[in-house]
Amino acid sequence: MSNLFDLLVAGLATGAIYALVAVGFTLLWQTSQTINFAQGEFVMLPAFLMLAAMHAGAPFWLAIILGILLSMILLGLGFKLLLVDPMMRHGVLPLAIATMALAIGIKEAVKQFFSAEASPFPSIVPTGDVSIFGHAVSLQSIGVLVVAILAVLGLTTLLNRTSLGHQMQAAAQNPTVARIIGVPVERMILLTFLINAFLVALASLLITPIYLAKFSSGEVLGQAAFIAAIVGGFNQVRGAIAGGLLIGVLDNLAAAYVSTQYRAAVPMIFLIAVILFRPQGLLGRAEERTV
Amino acid sequence: MKTTILAGALLAFAAATSVHAQAIKLADVAELSGGGATVGTNWKNGIDLAIEEINAKGGVLGRKLEVTHADSQSNPGVARAQVQKALDAEPYVLLGPGYSGSVKVTAPLAAEAGIAQIMGGEAAELTQAGNKFLFRTSFGQQSSMPKVAKYIHDEMKAKTVAVVWVNNDFGRGGRDMVTKELERLGSKVVADLSTEAGQADFAADVGKIKAANPDAVFVYLNEEESARILKELKRQGVNAPLMGETTLIGQKVIELAGDAANGARGHVGLTTDAPVDLVKQFREKFSKKYNYVPDHNGLKGYLAVYMVKATTEKMGKVDPKKFADTLHGLTIKAADEPGILMDVTFSDTGDIDRQSFLVEVVEGKQVVKQVLPKVK
Repeated sequence: MSNLFDLLVAGLATGAIYALVAVGFTLLWQTSQTINFAQGEFVMLPAFLMLAAMHAGAPFWLAIILGILLSMILLGLGFKLLLVDPMMRHGVLPLAIATMALAIGIKEAVKQFFSAEASPFPSIVPTGDVSIFGHAVSLQSIGVLVVAILAVLGLTTLLNRTSLGHQMQAAAQNPTVARIIGVPVERMILLTFLINAFLVALASLLITPIYLAKFSSGEVLGQAAFIAAIVGGFNQVRGAIAGGLLIGVLDNLAAAYVSTQYRAAVPMIFLIAVILFRPQGLLGRAEERTV
Repeated sequence: MKTTILAGALLAFAAATSVHAQAIKLADVAELSGGGATVGTNWKNGIDLAIEEINAKGGVLGRKLEVTHADSQSNPGVARAQVQKALDAEPYVLLGPGYSGSVKVTAPLAAEAGIAQIMGGEAAELTQAGNKFLFRTSFGQQSSMPKVAKYIHDEMKAKTVAVVWVNNDFGRGGRDMVTKELERLGSKVVADLSTEAGQADFAADVGKIKAANPDAVFVYLNEEESARILKELKRQGVNAPLMGETTLIGQKVIELAGDAANGARGHVGLTTDAPVDLVKQFREKFSKKYNYVPDHNGLKGYLAVYMVKATTEKMGKVDPKKFADTLHGLTIKAADEPGILMDVTFSDTGDIDRQSFLVEVVEGKQVVKQVLPKVK
């Protein structure tokens, strides 16, 4: 039983990180119909930017700030201007393929300029345990959960409680009408790209101390977050959060009770079941499309 | 005057060619570039150092040693081509490669040519294919795992053990060997956990270890995964002693795992930190010549050449056809041949028996805690 509790906590902590990445997925999809298959690499890269800043002599806190800012410039602004905008007019599929190419490009560049070997990465949370209901729970797991929950709460508050958030939602739901009533749609779309870049940088900061900084570490993350977004509902932020947590827990339970070899298959099987029986996702809304 | 110079030159030329003709030719194929460059460069430098020493003392049976180095680019395909080329030149003995995969594809070529091959690979299967010409310079898993199991049972006094291994040839070989030995000694394997190469998340695996509550944990993964599981073990507060091989306590693992590596123990076949005077002298000579501290591959290359010397002197002649037969079953004592550094015995399969070391990570440093004697 204590094993189950440990697995749930560890699963929720990883799931919270998946949720951050999955939320970014859904934001980009809602505002610009971008399916970003480089999302996993977007999580891998900021850790290396932070490491580069530290190698250049910056203290850890400064490296974090620089890493997040650089990520927002490269993975937010740069991604939108240089890749999404030119490709968008050719449709969803060419853009999705372009993001796959970008994923390979980022991975190889990191391998070339840093190293093919893993590097250690400091943790923002100290190591140690606290006791919860008589169970020892690591501070790192709690730290990851707390930071991720705060980020998601902040985001939902921004989207639902502020005028800026309402404008973003309007731009996402019906850009034409939003433009008519004076919402700066282009700026709102850019803002979602910046928010996505911020979220992936945060996820990078949380996950890299556990997974180590390595050029290939985005592959697993990108896939998990993609599944989480679809399972939860690609068009709902709260769906992505639920999907992320669910996939995190499911992955850990599968590794423990099914087998390590088949652990990666379990979320996929779950994904197929969701697509078959509830195609809009657990918390998603059915989208109607005219053909 | 002119004729004297000419005669002198001729004489010198004749002397040079006769020495050249008499030199014993060795061929080395190693990972001099690519992913295994560290392995191959250490191996090559070890060879060069040994040859320089031996030649300075008059060579082997009065003949100098000569070696040609070829680069396998850490690629089994290239290694095969280079070994074929090297064998065409009819060397006395073939040295290398260091990677097990490259050894696996080149060993049949050397065996077909009837040339002994002294190599650096450690995979168990290499010496189990009945090849009569292949020799190790370090332990294969069949030599190291019995020592590991004995240490877990005798020294750690573990009645229950969790075994974590990576699901590939290397991991499965080690796991099969250690499990068999542990059970023979009476320690029970209470958790048998296979993990994937490149696995990032070890929370569930460590959760299972925690649930099994073993007296000791045996970790047999590659370096990066070792670092990740060490961190996760610390994160989940698993306090059982950890035992592994070189891959658990290597310098790269310590760098990646930081504090979490402290206390981990590992069995190491060859280390330049060994508390053996001859090894210390080797380390000093090597560092002086190349300006860096060698890893165990430097030792392997050095030992390979001294294996050639000791075997040839045992035969009393340079006979490539009889070389392998002579080395099988041979015990070389460091007292007779200091270059072999530690007493070593070669089995009929080309495996070695030698003392080895128990290393513990203490405050981020490898510390040799114990010398484990030869098995026989």
